[in-house]
Amino acid sequence: MTRRADFPLIFDHSVPGRIAVALPDADVPEVPIEEIVGRERLRREAAELPEVSELDLVRHYTRLSQRNYAIDVGFYPLGSCTMKYNPKVNEDAARLPGFARLHPNTPPELAQGALELLWRLEAMLCEISGMDAVTFQPSAGAHGEMTGLMLVRACLDDRGERRTRVIVPDSAHGTNPASAAMCGFEVVTVPSDARGNIDRAALRRVADGSVAALMLTNPNTLGLFEEHVVEVAEIIHGVGGLMYLDGANFNAVLGITRPGDQGFDVMHMNVHKTFSTPHGGGGPGAGPVAVKRALEPYLPTPTVERVGDRFVLQEDRPKSIGRVRAFNGNFGIYVRAYAYLRAYGPLLRQVSEAAVLNANYLLAKLRAHFDVPYDRTCMHEFVLSGRRQKQEHGVRTLDIAKRLLDYGYHAPTIYFPLIVDEAIMIEPAETESRQTLDAFAEALVQVAEECRTDPDLVRGAPHHTVVTRLDEVAAARKPNLRWRPKAEVGSRA
Amino acid sequence: MYPDDRRYTREHEWAKREDGRIRVGITKFAADRLSDVVFIELPKVGAEVRAMEPFGVIESVKAASDLYAPVSGRVVEVNQQLVDSPEMINQDPHGAAWMVVIEPSGDEAWDGLLDAAAYGALVGAEH
Repeated sequence: MTRRADFPLIFDHSVPGRIAVALPDADVPEVPIEEIVGRERLRREAAELPEVSELDLVRHYTRLSQRNYAIDVGFYPLGSCTMKYNPKVNEDAARLPGFARLHPNTPPELAQGALELLWRLEAMLCEISGMDAVTFQPSAGAHGEMTGLMLVRACLDDRGERRTRVIVPDSAHGTNPASAAMCGFEVVTVPSDARGNIDRAALRRVADGSVAALMLTNPNTLGLFEEHVVEVAEIIHGVGGLMYLDGANFNAVLGITRPGDQGFDVMHMNVHKTFSTPHGGGGPGAGPVAVKRALEPYLPTPTVERVGDRFVLQEDRPKSIGRVRAFNGNFGIYVRAYAYLRAYGPLLRQVSEAAVLNANYLLAKLRAHFDVPYDRTCMHEFVLSGRRQKQEHGVRTLDIAKRLLDYGYHAPTIYFPLIVDEAIMIEPAETESRQTLDAFAEALVQVAEECRTDPDLVRGAPHHTVVTRLDEVAAARKPNLRWRPKAEVGSRA
Repeated sequence: MYPDDRRYTREHEWAKREDGRIRVGITKFAADRLSDVVFIELPKVGAEVRAMEPFGVIESVKAASDLYAPVSGRVVEVNQQLVDSPEMINQDPHGAAWMVVIEPSGDEAWDGLLDAAAYGALVGAEH
């Protein structure tokens, strides 16, 4: 019997001539491929594709899928960052043939239902966010950030203002400064204060007529509500800048407070985090951008509009930044978001209330066992520090995360946000029961205890997983990403 | 712990004066914080850098960070060996793992850098 860690690749099952399907004879005249594409474009040697039977194929991928840890299998404290639980009714809705089989080039007059869904969803997102208009084109949160900053740029150009700087707090997601730099802005970093809010004194020092926008996440990446967000907006608006909300943590405030009312002019929403759809990384994703009226003229074309009782794609938008993606983004994702919103309806607020309650419940259970650098009532997530474990027992946060795998849990986000030493970020999400939270807290408390009593056990973890500690340094320095036939790698096989 | 033959930035770079030129690297504190470094991007010889603006990028298994130039000037030497073997940063951050040598364009940035005692106090406070 092979060790569990030895998992053959599909290529290793290959036997020359073995096939899984029998294709029918061609019922059209055969044309030599050289005539179609030209001989010079053909490869000289046949590709070494795996040759396996149907059963080999099924077993290989079924076994592989069984190694996956997923929200449908168990709890993970990554919360919505990966994606929160996607109710199955979303999938039912997205698979309705009228949506699933709709060709993106279908003329608008034959796609009225789909356009109406987008039009209705836009109204819902505006109501929830306090904004006035939405573009559905961006395919993920970071794509939304870039689109939002392009809108800021277009608006400033239209006003004849040459503003060059974007302010980003030091607790921001790394995508914020990256998006600003991509859009040609100079990034200015502002520190956080002792309570985890943006430092207003530092903000005042850098806020001047060169500031195009402030990019703020609220609640921020420490899981804390920016207590002075209205004052921060006044500072930025006072120098003529715009307020951008990174909506990554919007799921903490649904139905409770609205970014539009806090002073934000433009925001993106991560629909996978907020409205339970698949995630951009697992694709396809969506990062719609919502704006106040002043930015509406610059939204990408086309927008969905209602004319009488018909829905149309409006292309006539002279001030638009143009397209940022084909069609209207990943439509199927929006069907899921719409289904989720319709299922909750006016009870949407309960999603955020449960997410915040769950996070505070876990924080209360863990507070005595880990350092809490910014110890306030948290929103939907909180950040612990493994500083004590590192200093007193030589156990790093990475080791703690690995040890959690032995208890059957996925690891939480670690080493982010960067301003917390040995950070452990935990987001339980609203869907988890008290029993699940209790069991997870018990496991993490147990690991904290092991750091004290048996640090080597934690440093060597995981012990009970299919593979044990991977050499991530070697993987990063000398990545081996490509299968090669054994003859090429010689005796190494 | 921090050699007093050089000065330091608040962003954890060290700067050592050698015949009027400035040799630059990152401190042991920064290297330890980053843990295993897997990638480093440095400017080309001849590049102009400005004090406290990024001149390169360093990436570890934990995080990616900008490298900040302690002084303004022109890059006259780049440690190519370090680009090929970034693990040197974890082994010898104050010596073999120097990054660039800068021909400074003035003295004012140098005067604003921290001495070893002040830097030691800074990272002590961060602990």
